[in-house]
Amino acid sequence: MSFQIDCPNCGCRPVWEYHYGGTPRQRPESSATERQWAEYLYNRPNIAGEQTEWWYHRSACKLWFLVRRDTRTNQVLETKRFDGTAVTSEKSEKAVQSAE
Amino acid sequence: MVAQRMWQEHELKDQYDVVIIGGGVHGLATAYYLTQLGVRNIAVLEAKYVGFGGSGRNTAIVRSNYRTPEGIAFYDLSVKLYEQLAADLEFNVMFSQHGHLTLAHNEKGVTGLTERANTNQLMGVNSRIIFPEEIQRIVPDLNVFGHSRFPIQAALYHPPGGIIRHDAVVWAFARGVDRGGGHVHQKTEVTGIEVQNGQVEAVVTNRGRIKTKAVLNATAGYAGIISRMVGLEIPIETHPLQAAVTEPLKPFLNSVIVSSTLHVYVSQTDRGELVLGAEVDDHASYSLRGTLSFLEGAATHLLELFPHLANVKILRQWAGLCDMTPDYSPIMGGTPDVKGFLMTVGWGTYGFKAGPASGYLMAELIASGKTPPKLEPFALTRFYEDRLVGEKAAASVSH
Ligand SMILES: Cc1cc2nc3c(=O)[nH]c(=O)nc-3n(C[C@H](O)[C@H](O)[C@H](O)COP(=O)(O)OP(=O)(O)OC[C@H]3O[C@@H](n4cnc5c(N)ncnc54)[C@H](O)[C@@H]3O)c2cc1C
Ligand SMILES: [Zn+2]
Repeated sequence: MSFQIDCPNCGCRPVWEYHYGGTPRQRPESSATERQWAEYLYNRPNIAGEQTEWWYHRSACKLWFLVRRDTRTNQVLETKRFDGTAVTSEKSEKAVQSAE
Repeated sequence: MVAQRMWQEHELKDQYDVVIIGGGVHGLATAYYLTQLGVRNIAVLEAKYVGFGGSGRNTAIVRSNYRTPEGIAFYDLSVKLYEQLAADLEFNVMFSQHGHLTLAHNEKGVTGLTERANTNQLMGVNSRIIFPEEIQRIVPDLNVFGHSRFPIQAALYHPPGGIIRHDAVVWAFARGVDRGGGHVHQKTEVTGIEVQNGQVEAVVTNRGRIKTKAVLNATAGYAGIISRMVGLEIPIETHPLQAAVTEPLKPFLNSVIVSSTLHVYVSQTDRGELVLGAEVDDHASYSLRGTLSFLEGAATHLLELFPHLANVKILRQWAGLCDMTPDYSPIMGGTPDVKGFLMTVGWGTYGFKAGPASGYLMAELIASGKTPPKLEPFALTRFYEDRLVGEKAAASVSH
């Protein structure tokens, strides 16, 4: 298994239980140009390093939440409910270790 | 006798007419065809070693039975260039055109493949729908009539499709660049690109600064990092794609077999190993680690197609990085935003087969300054103009 993610409801579960939802993006105003809309739709930050992303617990509780992850190592640094409250548990420490 | 090196090492010059970033099939093919056009003061810069990226990690499937007319015309040119590549480069690239079968297990699949067969035929590509009896004749060991969760109903049969020796292709292109007077610099990493008044002026590397007016981004999974060096955002996300290989078996499988429903594809190499793979990992990542869940999935699905392989052992598995675009088509050409910055990226899970065509046409573009018609549909601006070239149905499991 490559890495685990700490779901706010279910705790640490293997990554294949989840669906990756990309990084949060700011929807343009309706007055935006066609090019701005296209950039919003298609461009991705595609960071090689730390980024915050949406994840969805597809195979279990169906929660969407936020994960801060290093895309070079898949190390999960933090998980947050979408209202911003951080989830920290003993298990998430373990998740960090297993990603190293 | 001293063994002859395939290509020479050179000092890094402080000026080149064209600097190509990435020593994979796309960078090297473009450099080779540039030397053929007489553009010789050029360098390919490779951070690691030639073939470190997808070009040394792919499953080597070559085919042209795509979905859109633009895609079919483009990949058809590449198959034709591959057919003569061993002669052109004087190196045996072991291109085996033993046929390619894409299986359909339900009505929707049959409809999609029928549409592809029709478009392929209109474009002059050898491709047709075949039904279970004929499938069984072509692949006697395939589980066509036995018990199965998703019985095979039809297949898109593409006789000119097949597999090639990917390492040989990359080495032969690198030697071709060298013989043509170009430089191939390994262990040379680009760390920055200087732009002045909207024009590329120099490339900065771990070995020094190079003045140049033309840079080609051919770094596949790393393409976003390079384009950000000139402040350009592109519609690409990097995802790992995994593959695995079994111990060698007596030859029993001539064709490449792909099943989108079962999320698996397989071929048998000249050495007898089975090479198997699936789709990209769901999440974006720059990690090259393989996973057990991939292996379990691919092996389980392979056994639906070939139950008699149950006791075969896996030798190894690996991953490579794929530069995925929203429409599963590449991005080739320049950008109106930065003069002298060109790209051949977005090759995703399907770009090895495209190396010769992209190299040939990108070299023409760089040498002449004019975009060849076959490249036009793949411009970056297509995303701003709502002209996507949708190939997902023909390229997400089939690479
Ligand atoms: C498992 C797997 C199976 C695949 N199967 C198929 C298949 O069957 N058929 C098919 O057609 N395609 C397949 N592909 C896709 C194919 O491998 C790629 O599309 C293709 O090889 C991309 O070639 P490239 O030359 O663009 O890039 P790459 O071969 O990835 O080369 C890019 C190079 O850029 C270098 N680089 C990166 N950053 C820098 C820098 N800053 N400075 C200098 N150099 C840098 C890297 O080290 C790398 O060597 C597969 C890919 C994978 C991973
Ligand atoms: Zn959950």
